Amino acid sequence: MIRIVSRVEPSPFRENLLRLAAVGCALAASAAIMAIIGYNPLDVYAKMIAGSLKTAYRFHETVNKAIPLVILSLGIAIAFRMKFWNIGAEGQFYLGAFGASLVAFAFPGLPAIILLPFMLVTAFAFGGAYALVPAVLKARFSASETLVTLMLNYVALKWISFLQYGPWKDPAAKGFPKIAPFSKDAILPNFLGIHVGWVIAVALAAIMYFVLKKSKLGYEIDVLGESEATARYAGMSVTRVTLIAILLSGGLCGIAGMVQASAIEHSLSEQLSGGLGFTAVITTWLARLSPPVIIVVSFLFAVLLQGGAFLQSSLGMPATVADIIQGIIIFFVLGSEFFVRYRFAFVKAGHTAREGRA
Amino acid sequence: MNQFVDALSLFMQTSVQMGTHILLATLGGILCEKVGNMNLGIEGMMLLGASVGFSAALATANPALAILAAGVAGAGGALLYAIITVTLRGNQVVTGLVLTIFGSGVSGFLGKGLSGKSLPHEISDAFAPVSVPVLRDIPVLGKMFFEQSLYVHLGLLVAIVMYVYFKRTQAGLNVRAVGENPGAADASGINVNAYKYAHVTAGGFLCGIGGAYLSLVFVPRWQENITAGAGWIAVALIIFSTWNPLKAIFAAYAFGALKGIGFKFQSVDLSLFGKPIAFSPQILDMIPYVATIVVLIFITYRKKKEYQSPKGLGNPYFREER
Repeated sequence: MIRIVSRVEPSPFRENLLRLAAVGCALAASAAIMAIIGYNPLDVYAKMIAGSLKTAYRFHETVNKAIPLVILSLGIAIAFRMKFWNIGAEGQFYLGAFGASLVAFAFPGLPAIILLPFMLVTAFAFGGAYALVPAVLKARFSASETLVTLMLNYVALKWISFLQYGPWKDPAAKGFPKIAPFSKDAILPNFLGIHVGWVIAVALAAIMYFVLKKSKLGYEIDVLGESEATARYAGMSVTRVTLIAILLSGGLCGIAGMVQASAIEHSLSEQLSGGLGFTAVITTWLARLSPPVIIVVSFLFAVLLQGGAFLQSSLGMPATVADIIQGIIIFFVLGSEFFVRYRFAFVKAGHTAREGRA
Repeated sequence: MNQFVDALSLFMQTSVQMGTHILLATLGGILCEKVGNMNLGIEGMMLLGASVGFSAALATANPALAILAAGVAGAGGALLYAIITVTLRGNQVVTGLVLTIFGSGVSGFLGKGLSGKSLPHEISDAFAPVSVPVLRDIPVLGKMFFEQSLYVHLGLLVAIVMYVYFKRTQAGLNVRAVGENPGAADASGINVNAYKYAHVTAGGFLCGIGGAYLSLVFVPRWQENITAGAGWIAVALIIFSTWNPLKAIFAAYAFGALKGIGFKFQSVDLSLFGKPIAFSPQILDMIPYVATIVVLIFITYRKKKEYQSPKGLGNPYFREER
């Protein structure tokens, strides 16, 4: 008889070894698929690495792709630590970008040193406020936050489309439905060749590491995630902790929207995110909700995205191949979690079921 | 007056045509959620079905095989999801999102060779609207039901069969037990994992043929990302219909009507009390999502038992940790 038993004390070394093995299996499986459809897998992998890291320009592009993923994942991680399943990062991102654009269009004359922080704070407030909607609905009506945040993503996206095709349509764009570009002062400057979004992302990761690991709030979030009853018993104000944490969570996602609108798009558009908010749910989960790991995982994901885009130009491969590889890798990693948490126990026949279940 | 009735029946006919893929996908989602698994990969499974179904139609020129291939493709995606979430106990939300990425990747890859091709006439003939004499002349509702492609009737049929299955059969009752309380279901001798696997993959099958409705009947060509977010609408309508297959018919067709209104009034000038009003298609697009949130609040607030989501939804079932 084989039974599945929880591991009592998971060892970090073993865990990481298992995850590496999972990625290895995934790469092998993807290679097999590529070989079947007629590509040389080694060539494809080499091109992906070269396309994302080889020249300074490509490396910058890769970092550009990692920046929003890091900021979004940090935001999602706070909520997930509390077991508040916020999958509304996409919507909070768009609300943040919307808030930042409101400011950028309302005060085009302000100098960058005032305008940019103003945009950042507004984006935080808009994203945070948008995340509070599902939090309040959960507290008041116990409506599932997973579903409400999911629905709100599309409400936000349609709102941006509405602006783009309606009131905010740029008359100077000759009939094209697009929103006017930001003024020069509303665009994030570069630092060491890459827009300062990377400094913001690293700084936020450091702050969040401190908040989650060392501060009282981080401790309260973790306790609340483990058990609401324990949190109450310990005298914490569940409502206060929840609201602050969700405000932070949505606020960070809003900041990601501001950074992307200001530094990459130089405007607002319905294609600003292109699903980053969903990808970030995956990176957050793979990073086990830990800020330093989030940076690593987001960067690896960016390599995958940028490398995949490069395949299109160098091998004429459809860009979607990167999606397939991405899917296969995560499927394997998700599956490997099982072997991290459980082991198979071989039970001799003749033992009673109860003993075997231990 | 007669003109109005004619226009209305035409509108109803279009609404049904614009809601059929959503209906099939919603039904697929209901099957999956009834056994306690939330699958956010509906969009991915629809895309798998749409691209594989279209390829099969080109290759075989056989409508039944095309539908079957689309369903098997969707079920294949669902099977991956089931292995990870049921056997390996992975996170359902993340696995579903990855399935969507994976499905759109595969469909984009397959679709590269499909764009620009048109379907063989055997397929378009088989899915052409069937006009039933006499019945089609019933005012308003005639064209809606009796001048439609057989694919539309397939959606209706599945909904009715599913309703009877949940309400009247032992297996359907067991499904509800598995979704509500897998521990108790297991204790009473129901094979929880077998039920989960069967219904998750069957749900994927329906999502697959839902996607293929677009590429085989509605569009009918291959387009990159042909579903355009319909899978997410289906996720919303699962809740909107409170997990009831018959209400899903209403929900999906109402959504189709909403889309129809959006198209119709884009070009028409309307005014209310002398002020011009415009129907923004984007604002109309928001309605299903907002309505779903309202329904979510309503059902949790009312606490009426038949409206609730399956209690075990989203939680993996560990027999050993029961």
